[in-house]
Parts: sequence; structure tokens; C-alpha cells
Amino acid sequence: MSARASLGELKVELGRRYHFSASHRLHSEHLTEEENCRVFGKCNNPFGHGHNYVLEVSVSGKVDPATGMIANLSDLDGFVDHAVLQAFDHKSLNEDVAAFREKVPTTENLCIEIYNRLKGFSQAKLERVRIEETSNNSFEYAGDGIAEVPDASGATKERR
Amino acid sequence: MVQITRRIEFSASHVYNNPALSAEENRRVFGKCNNPHGHGHNYTLEVTVAGEPDPVTGMVLDLKELKEILEREVMQRMDHRHLNFEVPELAGKIPTCENIARVIWELLEPKIKQGTLQRVRLYESPDLYADCFRNGDGSAAKRAGS
Repeated sequence: MSARASLGELKVELGRRYHFSASHRLHSEHLTEEENCRVFGKCNNPFGHGHNYVLEVSVSGKVDPATGMIANLSDLDGFVDHAVLQAFDHKSLNEDVAAFREKVPTTENLCIEIYNRLKGFSQAKLERVRIEETSNNSFEYAGDGIAEVPDASGATKERR
Repeated sequence: MVQITRRIEFSASHVYNNPALSAEENRRVFGKCNNPHGHGHNYTLEVTVAGEPDPVTGMVLDLKELKEILEREVMQRMDHRHLNFEVPELAGKIPTCENIARVIWELLEPKIKQGTLQRVRLYESPDLYADCFRNGDGSAAKRAGS
């Protein structure tokens, strides 16, 4: 063990998955109707559509010898429920979440928004958030220096 | 470098109770995990080993050998056991996902002679898991497993 220990100290992370369902419409006011249609495809359909999102939250920290835990799970669950699930579950991301009034609610932007909402969790370090929009698409954000959800004018990436 | 991951499942019971805390504090901190007679889970363990494929066999580590190591070190110790009372490596520890993942890492690392143990991920349920890895080694494996 001692020779291997020089490779780096052992680290433990806790991963927790949450579920919420919400609707969205990908549409940018900075693009013409035709461009919106071309860029966002069926995700631009005017009345929106929904997903069953899976949110995976990873936190790290010292395992408290008294509890065997990085963070008390009920505290983490309560924090995520209050900061994210209550605001997003069974809501329209475009209409009900202030950040997406001006910004396109892609799952990339959703990752950044949720990361920013969760980084204040005091019992452990937020490592990353990962969101499955469907079982075939997932997105991850680890706070690589972008503090804000980028402005909608930057949303030119082609979608399905 | 190539990473290989083997998944196994085992079932075990446990209870969260710290004798240094009062009954009331134990209840507050651990909630229903403190129920006196314990409860159980179907655990899923993912073990990731990284290395260069051997030029002769094309393998990082023979999966059969990894399977045998997991059988010896994990299944025989933990499957259909009570983690608090029957696994000496967990004696005196609260058998949380975090602590079990770390104990499994410490059991496996010295036994893996080909390749390097990269990550141990232990699921207590599909929505709760702990990862154990060496600092600086984890990111690539985490992505491979996600």
C-alpha cells in the first residue's frame, strides 16, 4: 500500500440521482423563425414538449468518522429539493424559471443553472452535475469557470 | 491506456448506529437507517482497471482473474452477510456506501497485479452510489462509467 499511496490519496465521492419532469421549447429571439427552425428542429415546435430528466449530483469531501458520510443524505436531498426540484418539477422551464426567460433552456444551460443553484451546499464540495435529458443524451458540467448561463445570442449549436 | 470494468451484485444487510451518540441523536442523524434490526440492499459494484493491453493476449487483465478476485475478496466476505457484524474490515465503522467503497478499494488494490485499479463504484440503489479512486486518477474513469 505504501508505494501505491504515493500515487495520490484515496478520494471518495457520493453520487445521487434525482428525477424531475419539465417542458421546454428551444427558441432564440436573436434568430429568425427560419433559423430557429433550422437550428433547433422539432425542439422549436411552438407549444414546446417535455422530458423526464434525471439529475445526477456528485459531491466530495472528508468522510466523517462519526457518521460514515461525506454529507448527510437527507440534508443533500432537502437542499436539492428546495433549490432545484421544487422550482423545476412539473414546470415549464421557459415560463417558470427566471433564468430561461432570456436564455435557451438547452440541457447544457440547464446543467450550468443547476450547478450554480447547488454550489452553495455547505456540507460538501459540489464536483459536478450530470443531466440525462433522455436515456440517450446526457450532459455534464463541473463549473469550469463559467459563472453564468451564457447569453442566448451564443446559442447557435445545432440540435437534433 | 484502456479501461475495463466488471460489474457484480451482492446482497447484504446493515444498520447505521454510532454507540458514541445517544439513541435520540442516532435517530436524528441516521433516520430509518437506524432501525434497530437493520435492513438490506442489493448492492451493485463496478470495478474499473486501467492499463495497456498485453501484446500477446490483447488483455489489460484477464476478466476471469478479475472475476475470481472479486469472488474471493468481495462476494465471499459480503454477499448475504450482515455488514456490521460479519465483515471485520467494517468493524467500528458505519457501513455507509462511502465506507464500504473504500474498504473494497483497500481489499482489491493489492490483489490486482496487472493494470491499475482506477475506480470502485458501489451502488446501494440505482439512485445512490459512492466512487473511490486515487486523487488525480478519477476523472477519466468517471467518464467511462457514466
